[in-house]
Amino acid sequence: MNNPSPTAPLNFLNHKTGLWSWLSSTDHKRIGLLYLYAITTFFLSAAVLGLLMKIEKVAPGETIMTAQTYNAMFTLHGIIMIFIVVIPGLAAVFGNIMLPIMIGAKDVAFPKLNLFSFYVYITGACLGLYSQFAHGHSPDTGWTFYVPYSAEASSNVVIALTAAFTLGFASILTGLNFIVTIHRMRAPGMTWFRMPLFPWSLYATAWIQLLATPVVGITLLMVIAERTLHIGFFDPALGGDPVLYQHLFWIYSHPAVYVMILPAMGVVTEIFPTFSQKPVFGYLPIVFSSLAIALVGYFVWGHHMFTSGMSYESRWFFSFLTFLVAIPSAIKVFNWLSTMYGGSVDLQPPLLYAISFIFLFTIGGFTGLTLGSVATDIQVHNTDFVVAHFHYIIFGGMGFGFFAGMHYWYPKIYGRMYNIRWANIGWGILFTGFNLLYFPMFIMGIQGMPRRYFDYDPKFQLGQTISTIGAIILFTGLITMISNLIYHVRRGAIAPANPWHGVTLEWQIPSPPPHENFDEIPVITRDPYVFDNPYTK
Amino acid sequence: MTTMFSGASNLAEGVDRAFIFIFATAFIFLIGIVALIIYILIHFSRKKNKSPQQFSGNTKLEIIWTVVPLILVLIMFYYGWVGFSPMRKVPADAMQIKAIGKMWEWNFDYGNGKISKDLVVPLNRNVKMNLYSADVNHSLFIPAFRVKEDVIPGYNNYLWFRPISKGTFDIFCTEYCGLAHSGMTAKVIVVDSLEFNKWLADLKVAASGPEHPGLAIIKANACLTCHSLDGTKIIGPSLKGIYGTKRTVVTNNTEREVVADDEYIKRSILDPNADVVKGFNKGLMQSYKETLKAEDIDKIVDYFKTAGGQK
Repeated sequence: MNNPSPTAPLNFLNHKTGLWSWLSSTDHKRIGLLYLYAITTFFLSAAVLGLLMKIEKVAPGETIMTAQTYNAMFTLHGIIMIFIVVIPGLAAVFGNIMLPIMIGAKDVAFPKLNLFSFYVYITGACLGLYSQFAHGHSPDTGWTFYVPYSAEASSNVVIALTAAFTLGFASILTGLNFIVTIHRMRAPGMTWFRMPLFPWSLYATAWIQLLATPVVGITLLMVIAERTLHIGFFDPALGGDPVLYQHLFWIYSHPAVYVMILPAMGVVTEIFPTFSQKPVFGYLPIVFSSLAIALVGYFVWGHHMFTSGMSYESRWFFSFLTFLVAIPSAIKVFNWLSTMYGGSVDLQPPLLYAISFIFLFTIGGFTGLTLGSVATDIQVHNTDFVVAHFHYIIFGGMGFGFFAGMHYWYPKIYGRMYNIRWANIGWGILFTGFNLLYFPMFIMGIQGMPRRYFDYDPKFQLGQTISTIGAIILFTGLITMISNLIYHVRRGAIAPANPWHGVTLEWQIPSPPPHENFDEIPVITRDPYVFDNPYTK
Repeated sequence: MTTMFSGASNLAEGVDRAFIFIFATAFIFLIGIVALIIYILIHFSRKKNKSPQQFSGNTKLEIIWTVVPLILVLIMFYYGWVGFSPMRKVPADAMQIKAIGKMWEWNFDYGNGKISKDLVVPLNRNVKMNLYSADVNHSLFIPAFRVKEDVIPGYNNYLWFRPISKGTFDIFCTEYCGLAHSGMTAKVIVVDSLEFNKWLADLKVAASGPEHPGLAIIKANACLTCHSLDGTKIIGPSLKGIYGTKRTVVTNNTEREVVADDEYIKRSILDPNADVVKGFNKGLMQSYKETLKAEDIDKIVDYFKTAGGQK
């Protein structure tokens, strides 16, 4: 990593300067970084809310905040994390920065639309926050806005749904942009099955974004029609059906879970071959499992509603489909392990995060099966078990996938290297804190501790206290990791173009990449993961 | 984990069997995966292995790790289904109790006006709970019995169980229902049938005189979400016995004392932010000018005057 890097040529970070050159840039890499900075800010604020909630629950009864404040905090935490951080997250940041480079293109298909989507996203994020404070009413509906409670709380459910739809609209536009880019802009010779797997995962994700998000729009129209024209869709007082709302909400929000996790799977799929200096094991099974997850993922939303009073038949049918969606995930895990097997494995921070992804995602997946089986779901539905499960999937999966990608592509994006030792220490603290925070919640959930509870029975004291200690450790780990990254953006050692000896296209151009990525569009003549001259030889 | 394996109803065994199968499978796989990762990290570390093999797939392995998990999840599905299906088949002889969920308490109606705050049920007797919501969504959860079903306005949801051991168990509300959601708890008390019959006979019939029309309006407009009738401070001040009392209010940022008379109560309903009782926040309550008719407001005032806001 001591190769002197040519600093003279201009790159995308410095070919133009000034705030305006960033805010008006149509360069996919700059837009990706704008998303990164916005999302990091939102992520840290929502993480602080999470920490405060855990401190509140260190002991039963009121410790640092009132019930009203607690309810407001879990609502805001959920809205920011789900709609503003995790759904756009990986696709908007690393999809934007890396997709065009990895398929050998100079930009996405519609660069102006790409910039427009960013501003739609920012508008949606602001609306989301506004919805929670409009009418002087503090937020307390939970991120699911279930009627009729959300309807009685005040009219902010309309604004909240508008926000979800606006954010979803940004998501649709990004998805559309990526689909066209992948169809039309692959470098000459890059056939579908010569495309790297991160772009494949983005492709599967983009179709979900495009097809599932409009349902939020429909729901919004129905809520507005109910409010203004008094047509009873959801409100029982008007003859409506509150459970219909839950169906519509989850028809979008369940596929959205795959929008969150699929790109993270794509990121780790890039990391395993590079750090093993060995081709991906089972390229085609990984491609088809991504598509299968996207397809089956549309038809499992009912597993959020096993206790809602749905018919007996729909309960077991949704359970059955939910079990099917587990298979493609299992296939991926086995292929990742086989990719490393027999390789020359270098345990650098990106791989450390990718391996933790497998561990945490597997725990999240198996506890997901507990939720997919109707009998066991009846016991753990809406308890701390569910909260633990989705934090293992979303934070342990998407979050750790994101951190893995950040540590992997950091030297490419900034042309500098973070401190490896501090990255490892940050990982250690984060990983320990994570498991201490969330694992006790599985046990408490099985014992009956409901979620969204400000107060709790003293018999849960031990688990809750361990969980709080975990939260403090986890937060320390986050700060350690992020400080290391921020500090070395300007001060880190100059990174060579290909520090990890990767073989995909992004490693064949300078770091940071030049303004239009390639001087000359490369011609692709072979499969994406050929290590014909491994670094170790 | 002791609570997990001490199910107190007939349905617990089926649920616990599904739990055990899924967790046992998960545990074996997790141990296997972790062991394999550790093996790879040690055996194939770059320090030791400088020549990575270059294989990139194996159809036989792909088939094995598609089919084996498929079989396992189908077994899991089966256990989940057979554990669940008796929950929907209520025996014809089940005793019926109506569970009423409202913000934020449970009421268990045994018929003939007999209502209890705790659920007392006889040992080894089939009990069907008919779930009724007075306001928003709730969910009746009895962890020891492994039963849970949402309580949704306009829905005739139900659940049933047969208690198989005596004792006192928790009831939680598990669908978020607002401010005091975590306080919406109760107990199930399982007693033998003689004791149950005596308890039911002694249960007082709830006072069922006609409700004051003012109180009915207060309830219908969800005033009680923020204002209690029993002196408890919620979001707004309690309504208990306020008529004629002296109140310290903040008007235009200055404190003053007023007497809660007809005029004051009307102003508090129509222009709630004009005089805000000291210690409470401005802006949380909206005017009810568009919602309540003048005669409704008169009835509310009359309720405070005559019933004194006390139950």
